[in-house]
Amino acid sequence: MAECHPVGFQWVMEAKARGATLIHVDPRFTRTSALADVYVPLRAGSDIAFLGGIVRYVIEHEKYFRDYVLAYTNAATIVTEEFRDTEDLDGVFSGLDPETRTYDFATWRYEGTRVPPGPAGEQDQDREDRDSRFEAAATRKAARGEAHGAGGADVPGRARTDETLRHPRCVLQIVRRHFSRYTPEMVEEICGVPRATFLRVCELITSNSGRDRTTAFAYAVGWTQHTVGVQYIRTASILQSLLGNIGRPGGGILALRGHASIQGSTDIPTLFNLLPGYIPMPHALASRDLETFLRAEGTAKGYWGDMRSYVVSLLKAWWGDAADESTDFCFDHLPRLTGSHGTYDTVLAQLHGVCKGYFLMGENPAVGSINARLQRLGMANLDWLVVRDFSLIESATWWKDGPEIETGELRTEDIGTEVFFLPAAAHTEKSGSFTNTQRLLQWHGQAVEPAGDTRSDLWFTYHLGRRIREKLADAGYRARMNLDEDERAVDRDRPVLDLTWDYPTEGVQDEPEAEAVLAEINGRDAEGWPLSSYEQLAGDGSTTCGCWIYCGVHADGVNQADRRKPGQEQDWVAPEWGWAWPANRRILYNRASADPEGRPWSERKALLRWDAERRRWTGPDVPDFPATRPPDFRPGPDATGPDALAGDDPFIMQADGKAWLYAPAGVVDGPLPTHYEPQESPFTNALYGQQRNPVRQILDGDPEYLHPSDGDPGAEVFPYVTTTYRLTEHHTAGGMSRWLPYLSELQPEFFCEVSPELARERGLEHLGWATIISARNAIEARVLVTDRVPPIDVRGRRLHQIGLPYHWGPNGYSTGDAANELLHLVLDPNTHIQEAKALTVDIRPGRRPRGPALLALVSDYRRRAGITEQTGREM
Amino acid sequence: MTVSDHDPAAVFGHDPAAVFGHDPAAGAGYVPGHPPRMGFFTDTSVCIGCKACEVACKEWNAIPEDGLVLTGMSYDNSVRLSADTWRHVAFVEQRRPPVPWGPGGDGRDEPTDVDVLAVAALPTDTPGEWPGAATVTVPPDGPGAPGELRWLMASDVCKHCTHAACLDVCPTGSLFRTEFGTVVVQEDICNGCGYCVPACPYGVIDQRKGDGRAWKCTLCYDRIGDGLMPACAQACPTESIQYGPLDELRQRADARVERLRDAGVPEARLYGDSPDDGVGGAGAFFLLLDEPEVYGLPPDPVVTTRDLPDMWRHVAMAAGGLVGATALACLTGRRGRRP
Repeated sequence: MAECHPVGFQWVMEAKARGATLIHVDPRFTRTSALADVYVPLRAGSDIAFLGGIVRYVIEHEKYFRDYVLAYTNAATIVTEEFRDTEDLDGVFSGLDPETRTYDFATWRYEGTRVPPGPAGEQDQDREDRDSRFEAAATRKAARGEAHGAGGADVPGRARTDETLRHPRCVLQIVRRHFSRYTPEMVEEICGVPRATFLRVCELITSNSGRDRTTAFAYAVGWTQHTVGVQYIRTASILQSLLGNIGRPGGGILALRGHASIQGSTDIPTLFNLLPGYIPMPHALASRDLETFLRAEGTAKGYWGDMRSYVVSLLKAWWGDAADESTDFCFDHLPRLTGSHGTYDTVLAQLHGVCKGYFLMGENPAVGSINARLQRLGMANLDWLVVRDFSLIESATWWKDGPEIETGELRTEDIGTEVFFLPAAAHTEKSGSFTNTQRLLQWHGQAVEPAGDTRSDLWFTYHLGRRIREKLADAGYRARMNLDEDERAVDRDRPVLDLTWDYPTEGVQDEPEAEAVLAEINGRDAEGWPLSSYEQLAGDGSTTCGCWIYCGVHADGVNQADRRKPGQEQDWVAPEWGWAWPANRRILYNRASADPEGRPWSERKALLRWDAERRRWTGPDVPDFPATRPPDFRPGPDATGPDALAGDDPFIMQADGKAWLYAPAGVVDGPLPTHYEPQESPFTNALYGQQRNPVRQILDGDPEYLHPSDGDPGAEVFPYVTTTYRLTEHHTAGGMSRWLPYLSELQPEFFCEVSPELARERGLEHLGWATIISARNAIEARVLVTDRVPPIDVRGRRLHQIGLPYHWGPNGYSTGDAANELLHLVLDPNTHIQEAKALTVDIRPGRRPRGPALLALVSDYRRRAGITEQTGREM
Repeated sequence: MTVSDHDPAAVFGHDPAAVFGHDPAAGAGYVPGHPPRMGFFTDTSVCIGCKACEVACKEWNAIPEDGLVLTGMSYDNSVRLSADTWRHVAFVEQRRPPVPWGPGGDGRDEPTDVDVLAVAALPTDTPGEWPGAATVTVPPDGPGAPGELRWLMASDVCKHCTHAACLDVCPTGSLFRTEFGTVVVQEDICNGCGYCVPACPYGVIDQRKGDGRAWKCTLCYDRIGDGLMPACAQACPTESIQYGPLDELRQRADARVERLRDAGVPEARLYGDSPDDGVGGAGAFFLLLDEPEVYGLPPDPVVTTRDLPDMWRHVAMAAGGLVGATALACLTGRRGRRP
C-alpha cells in the first residue's frame, strides 16, 4: 500500500501512530513491509491457503463473534442435501459439468429455496447455449461483485435455519468442514509461512476483533489477478464476517484500486458487462424486453428489488422523451451481450478479424496488458486504431518500431491498420470528479486550458457524438452515403439519434461543462428539480438518473463532490468532505455496527443506534438501512424489495439480508473458496487431486502456449515463480511517468529482483543483465540482487521467486522490456481478470537475443518443455 | 531585507553561541521582531520512501533532471544531495545475520550487515553453510531480531546550520542568512568560486555542471515568506517531513523519541537537534533509527570554519613575525651588504 498508494497510506501511518498493529503479507518485502509490525512473506498464488488457515483457526478456537455471526450472517442457514463439498469430491463441488467446465448452482442452494431465476439459473437449463450460459452467469456476478460490497444472487423462498449452529448441513458446519484441512502445518507446507509466524498473525487478528475492537483488510488489485481472484476476496469476506468486522468503524475489506478513478470507472463503467450502478448489461437471449430483464436480474428482497426504478430512470436520462411506456422505455436501444466481450476476448476477436476498430483512451495494452505481443498482433489486424494519450506510447507506434518489427514477425508495409494519435489533456486541464477506493467523489477544477491540440476525454466524446449525430440526421449525408438503402439502418441509428446529447459548452474550445454531466448523473424529478436520494427514483418514467448510486451527488443543485470542509471542523466521519455513494454513506452496511436490538456492540465502536423516542436510526453516519425501520420490525409474507427487510437484516443488498459465509449462488467457481494452484505452478496441489481451478476461463481460440505444472514432464524447464508489480515512482504502463524526467530518474530502467541465492544459482550479476523466458516470449532486465524477494521453503523444496515491475516498454525517456510479454491469458471466470501475480518462468544471465533469434530461443524452450497446444488446458 | 553575515570573525569570534544563541537571524543583524527560526524535522521512522519530496522539490525549484543511472543501491537512484538534488531519500537495505552468524553468537550484539552482493557472487558450488541460506522472515520475537531484513528510508536535506561554514566562506555575499534563520544561495550573485563546497561538513552544497554556480535547498524561501510550506513538506504524505518554528519542532521531536522508546524502539534518536553540536544545531534535524553513519550522515559534524578566528590569529601572528623577520633581515642584510 505504501508502494502503490502512498497518499492513502498516510491514514495507515496515522492508525499506527494511534496504536494499530500493521501486518503485511506479500511475496516481496516492499516499502509497506518496511513500516509494518509484522511482515509475512508467502508464496505467490497461495493466499487462499493462508486465509483459509485463519478461517479454520477462528472456527476451531471459537474465536468468531458469535452474536454477530448468528444474527447477521447465513451461518445458521441449512443447505440442501444434494450439496457436495470439495472434501467429498477431491477438490471440486457438486454441479460441475466437465464438458462445459461450468458449475450448475442447483445443488448449492439453501434448503427450502428454489433455484434462482435469470441467467445464472434458468439459463443453466439451456444446454445448447454454453457460451451464453457461461457468460450470463459471469455477467451476473461481475454486475453484483461490487454492488454495495457484495450484493449476491437471488435466493427465492424461505430457507430453514438452525440457531444452535449444530446442524451438520448448516452453513457454519459446512464452512468448518471445508476448511478443516487448512491447518497451520498445511499453511506452512503450501505458503511457506512458518507455523509460528502464521499463528502470531491469527492471534493478532482474533484478539483485535470482537465487540470492542475491529480489524480491517486492505488489498490491492494483485488479489484479483489470479485464476481464483474472486475467491481470494471471498475468503477475506468469510473471515471478516466471522469476526464481525463488516459494517463497523475500523473494519471492512478495502479494495485499493489501480488508478485515481478506477472505482468511478466501474461505478459508471467502462466494462462490457455493466450498466451504470452495477446494473447488469442485458443479454441477447435472456433479456427480450424490460420486464423479462427485470424479472431475471432483480431480487425479491432488498434494494435490488427496486431495480425497475434504477433502470427506467437511466433509460430516461439517456433517451429522454423517446423513452416512455410505448417504447418500453427504449430498452431495445441498449446493446446486448452475445458472449464474453472483455478486453482479452476483444484481442482474440481482432486476431480472428472480427473486431475492426479500437479506441485506446489512456490505455497502453502494448505494455500494460497481458501477453503484450498478442495485443500488438491484434492491433496489427485492425482497420483503424485511435490512441488518445499524453505521449506517443508503445500502443501508438508498434507498427513502425515495435518488438515484432525487430523480430521480423511484422513488416510496416504489410500492416493495414490506420492509426490515429490524438493528444489528451491532463487532469489539471479539465474539471471533473475522481471516485476513490472509498467510493468518495472528489471534484477538481480546471487549472489551465489544455495546450495545443490536446483535449479532454469529455470534449472528445461529446464532440465525436455531436458530429456523428449531425451526420446521421443530415438527409443529404444519408443519401450520399447510401445509409437508407438498408431499411434496418434507420433502426440501427435510432439509439444514437434519440440520445439526449445537449450539454452546455464553455471556453475557447467549447468544452462541455463537466458539472452538467454530473447533474444528469444525479437525476431530476418530473419538474426537472435535482433529486437528493435514490429512494426518490420511480419506475414509471417520471424521474431521470444517470447512475442510481450517485443520486444525491448534485442534491439541491449543489455540487456535493466539491465540498472541502476540513476534517478538524467536523465530526470524525467528516460527511462534508466530498460525497460518498450511496447517499453520502461512509460505512456500508452500518446497521451491523449495532446489535439486533439496535444498541452499539460497544461504546468504543459505536456508530449507529436505534433511538426509540425519535423512532429512527441515529449516529454520525448516514444509516445504510431504512432510517425509521425499528429493530423488531418483521416484514409480512408478501413484502418485496426494501420492504421485505427485517429490522435486523443489515446486509440490505443481499437477497436474504445476511452476510454470506457460503454463497448459495452467483459465484461461478464455487460456494466456498478452495486453494487451487495457479495455472502455472512448480507444485502440485497439496490439498486435493484437483490441481487448478476447474472452471478457470480459457479463451476459445487463444493461440498462446501454457507451461506444464509440477508433476508433468517439462515443468522443470520453468522452475521459478514470478510475480509482477508496480513501483511508487511509475504509473502502470508508464504513459504518465516514463516520459517525465523527474520520475524517470528515480527508477531509470527495467529491472528484475532476485535473491542472492538465486543469483548464485544462476550466475546472475548485480546490475548485470538477465533474460527471463516463458513459453510466450523472452525479455531482458537489469538484475537487482536483494533480500527483499526471499526464497521460500515449500513442500520440502526451496522456491525462488522473481520480482518484475511491469512499467516499462521501448518508448519514452526511461525504457526497458515489458514484463507483460511473459504472461498468459488464462483468467478468473467471474471477472475475466488475468493471472498476472503468479506464473512460472526461467531466468538466465545475459541479454536476450535480437531479431529472429529471440523467437528461436522461446521456441527452443517450448520444445524442451514438450509444450503442445493442449498443455495446461486440462481441467 | 537580506543581510550577509559571511565575515566569521565579526559574527561569532571564539564562542558563537554566546553571541547569538539559537537565533542566527539576530546574529546576522535582523532586528528584534523578525520571524521565528523555521526549519525541518524529518522523522525517518514514518518515511515510506515515496520520493514525493524529491519530485516536489524539483518541480517547485525548477531543478534540472540529473541523469538516468540505475545505481543498484536499493531503490536509491539519486545517490546524494547535489546541485541538482536538494532532497534525497536514502534507502538502507540490511539484514542482521541470523544465529549463529553474529560474532557474539546471538546476532544481536553486532548488527553486522550481510553483504548480499558478496553472497550472490559466491561460486555456485559453495557449500551450504553460508549466510545467504537464511530465509528472511520476521521472527516471532519482534523487530530487531537477527535475520530480520530492515529497509530504512530517510529524506536528507541541507541542514541550515546555526554556524554555516558555506556562508562564512562565501566571498560574494551570495550565501546569506534569511530572516527565518535559514541559509540561501542567491543564484544571481554566486560567481561559482566553489569555496562553499568543501566548507560544508555534510557535503550538501554543490556546483552545477556546465553552470558552475552553487545550488542547494533554500527551505523554499520563496514559499515560506508567503506563509506556504516548503514543497517537500507539503508533498510528504506521512508527515515524515515536518516544517515549522524550530523550537516547536524540537519539542515535538523530543516527544516522538520518547513515544518510540516507550513503544520498544530504543534505537530512536535525534540527529542535529542539539545547539551544542559542532554546527551549533541544525535548522533541519532528523529522527533516526540507527547511527547516523548507517544513513550516510557524518556522526560528529563540525563547522569547518570553527577554527578560522584562531587560524587568522595565528596567521596574523605568523605574518607579524614574518614582517619582523623580514625587517630584521633587511636591516641585517643591508648591514651585511655594506662594503
